[in-house]
Amino acid sequence: MTAIQKLEQNPVAHLTPEDIEAFGAEIEAIRQEVLAKRGADDAAYIRRMIAFQRWLEVGSRATLLASVFPPAFVLGTAGLTIAKILENMEIGHNVMHGQWDWMRDPKIHSTNWDWDNATPAAAWKHSHNELHHTYTNVLGKDNDLGYSIMRVDEDQRWHPFFLAQPLWNAINACIFEYGIAAYDLELGKNLRIPKEKRSEEFTKGAAATLKKIRGQMLKDYVVHPLVAAPFGALLPTLAANVIANVGRNIWSHSIIMCGHFPEGVAVFEKASIEGETKAEWYLRQGLGSANITGGKLMDIMSGNLSHQVEHHLFPDLNSNRLAEVAPKVKAVFEKYDLPYVEGSFPKQLASAWHKVFRLSLPNGWLATTTPKNAPKRMAQLYKMSTGGRKARKAIQAELDAAAA
Amino acid sequence: MSSLLTRVVEAATTPLLPADYLDLVAPLRAGAPLRGRIVAVESETRDAATIVIKPGADWAGHVPGQYVRIGVDVDGVRNWRAYSLTHGPRRDGLISVTVKAVPDGKVSNFLVHRTTPGTLVHLEQAAGEFVLPADERGVTPLSHRKLLFVTAGSGVTPVVGMLRNLFPSTDEGVLRPGRSRDLDVTVVHVAPSKPDSIFLSDLQALDAAGAINLVARYDDEHGVLDVAALDQLVPDLASRTTYACGPGGLLAALEAHHEARGLALQTEQFRAATIVAGEGGTVHVGGQAIDADGATPVLDAAESAGVLMPSGCRMGICMGCVLPLKEGAVRDLRTGEVTTADAMTGPVKIQTCITAAAGPCHIEN
Repeated sequence: MTAIQKLEQNPVAHLTPEDIEAFGAEIEAIRQEVLAKRGADDAAYIRRMIAFQRWLEVGSRATLLASVFPPAFVLGTAGLTIAKILENMEIGHNVMHGQWDWMRDPKIHSTNWDWDNATPAAAWKHSHNELHHTYTNVLGKDNDLGYSIMRVDEDQRWHPFFLAQPLWNAINACIFEYGIAAYDLELGKNLRIPKEKRSEEFTKGAAATLKKIRGQMLKDYVVHPLVAAPFGALLPTLAANVIANVGRNIWSHSIIMCGHFPEGVAVFEKASIEGETKAEWYLRQGLGSANITGGKLMDIMSGNLSHQVEHHLFPDLNSNRLAEVAPKVKAVFEKYDLPYVEGSFPKQLASAWHKVFRLSLPNGWLATTTPKNAPKRMAQLYKMSTGGRKARKAIQAELDAAAA
Repeated sequence: MSSLLTRVVEAATTPLLPADYLDLVAPLRAGAPLRGRIVAVESETRDAATIVIKPGADWAGHVPGQYVRIGVDVDGVRNWRAYSLTHGPRRDGLISVTVKAVPDGKVSNFLVHRTTPGTLVHLEQAAGEFVLPADERGVTPLSHRKLLFVTAGSGVTPVVGMLRNLFPSTDEGVLRPGRSRDLDVTVVHVAPSKPDSIFLSDLQALDAAGAINLVARYDDEHGVLDVAALDQLVPDLASRTTYACGPGGLLAALEAHHEARGLALQTEQFRAATIVAGEGGTVHVGGQAIDADGATPVLDAAESAGVLMPSGCRMGICMGCVLPLKEGAVRDLRTGEVTTADAMTGPVKIQTCITAAAGPCHIEN
């Protein structure tokens, strides 16, 4: 995949501007239809979900007090992991999107919510709601594309640094909440600025993030293990908290990879969004996202990001309604002959990881390498990795010729 | 020691608070945000009902005639309204409000027709100056022994609260305790029709027991009340202290009437002035008054007037621009839906980037 305008088969080439506006109006109508009928049942859904999550967390932590017994350890750890996933995905992410603001309940409102995650709510809302959701999949604008540390598109020039990106990606998955915190602070960019020249905004944000991380660590790795200590369960409780946090991190990282990374998902050039209409914005959101097929359990555990396409079209629509709108959205995409990317979780995850591997190598390298020419290709890769820019350019030309 | 324990428990629940977990089991406990649970819905007329509520442990009590603001979730959306407390302090600790379903009244219709016992509501402490003066034993001072109550529509509710406190109703009939024995009370009760009168049976029972002198006026029977007729209806008007509660129009007429005669009047407007949504209006924000048309988002209007506003995506998706509308009306430019706020509803949070003024509005920044 590469910037959509350069594709040989541009998936929107067959649509006139009028078609696109008509498409946008149909998508908008689906949103209005839901807004007109949501009410007490929706409010009951999120309150039930929040109560369930809190009982699950309390129950799991209580079970962990007895975690010297292996069954209690397994049960408590699994429960805590699920509680943390629900809290971040179906509750936190969606509440902070403002999906439940319409209830006017100050306790379930985007302006008041904070989540069980290293990054503070305010920082996340800025980078996620405002930047990622507005500029979805626009190269150079949407930093969610590879979180600034990965090569996510053929158009980005290859550098030996990217050879290690599968490793970065795996590490980032395990410590995802800290990765997000660093990314929300634009840590990489800010650390390159001399200390005295950094903006006040960054200094304040960094202080808030450190405070949040301290509180999170104190809770999971000090307070709860110490409470379990009199029951002889200090170490197993500590282990359970580590497993729950890492499990939640890997799960949310995987779900997010499935949302924008699988093959078939489009990326866009900066120039293409100048003067973009609402209908064109809808089009970009739809083409830039991918769904995960599965049942109700997958919907809830992914915070309904299994309906990533619909979530990106309607980021402020409460998540419990996405399953209902998905078939209608899909029908509109089919009507306008637009790709609607979806697949099972293993398929989409494999597809996303394949892309990470493929792009860690020079363009065309993976596609043109066969068992027979492997030694030659390895030698070329070695030269590209150790040689200068000139060497890379020359060998890239050979690869391009082979791929053509 | 207890503060250390509090800190440990807080550290164990962060970023939530221990209260978020306690709310799951004891929403009415001391220290919780003030809430109440509806224990009964008693039908009064075909379109009015008394809602009996068990208030949270921190309920500080009330004086008859005061009102309480209640937050009710209607179709999933929290709405705040003020209702008069229709009784004196009760021995069982419950409180009650009597609600008349008004046409298009979202909350009143919900409370009268759809609410069920067990529902949790949100409360504020009782408030209001519309009360009879009383000493610490509940005795009305000599200056307030001859009284006239003028009530219209649901404006009867705070007055019934006062009367029930003065003359408790029991199985043996209406009591006249010593503190109320020499009170001389006339009630002019105005309603659209007899069946539409809430609390009519209470008033009639008090009248039959000789506790009050009831003058009932029904629009369909007697015509709409002209305040000039009050001098005939209540010949000793001048010797009485008047308390009036009802819609704004009647109160304004009464105020003029009493002022012309140099008489004292205590009023309470019962239904807040309705906010009529228009197109565009003056936006009060950041200390400025900005004229905005009905197509310009509040955010754009404020920014072009130089007000520093929080903002984000500017297309209604990121909630980065949300601010409280304290008073007035705005319209969602995507859906056309109008949101209003006033003293009764309290502030309502709005997305300034996709709402335009629909009349004068005050926004907190």
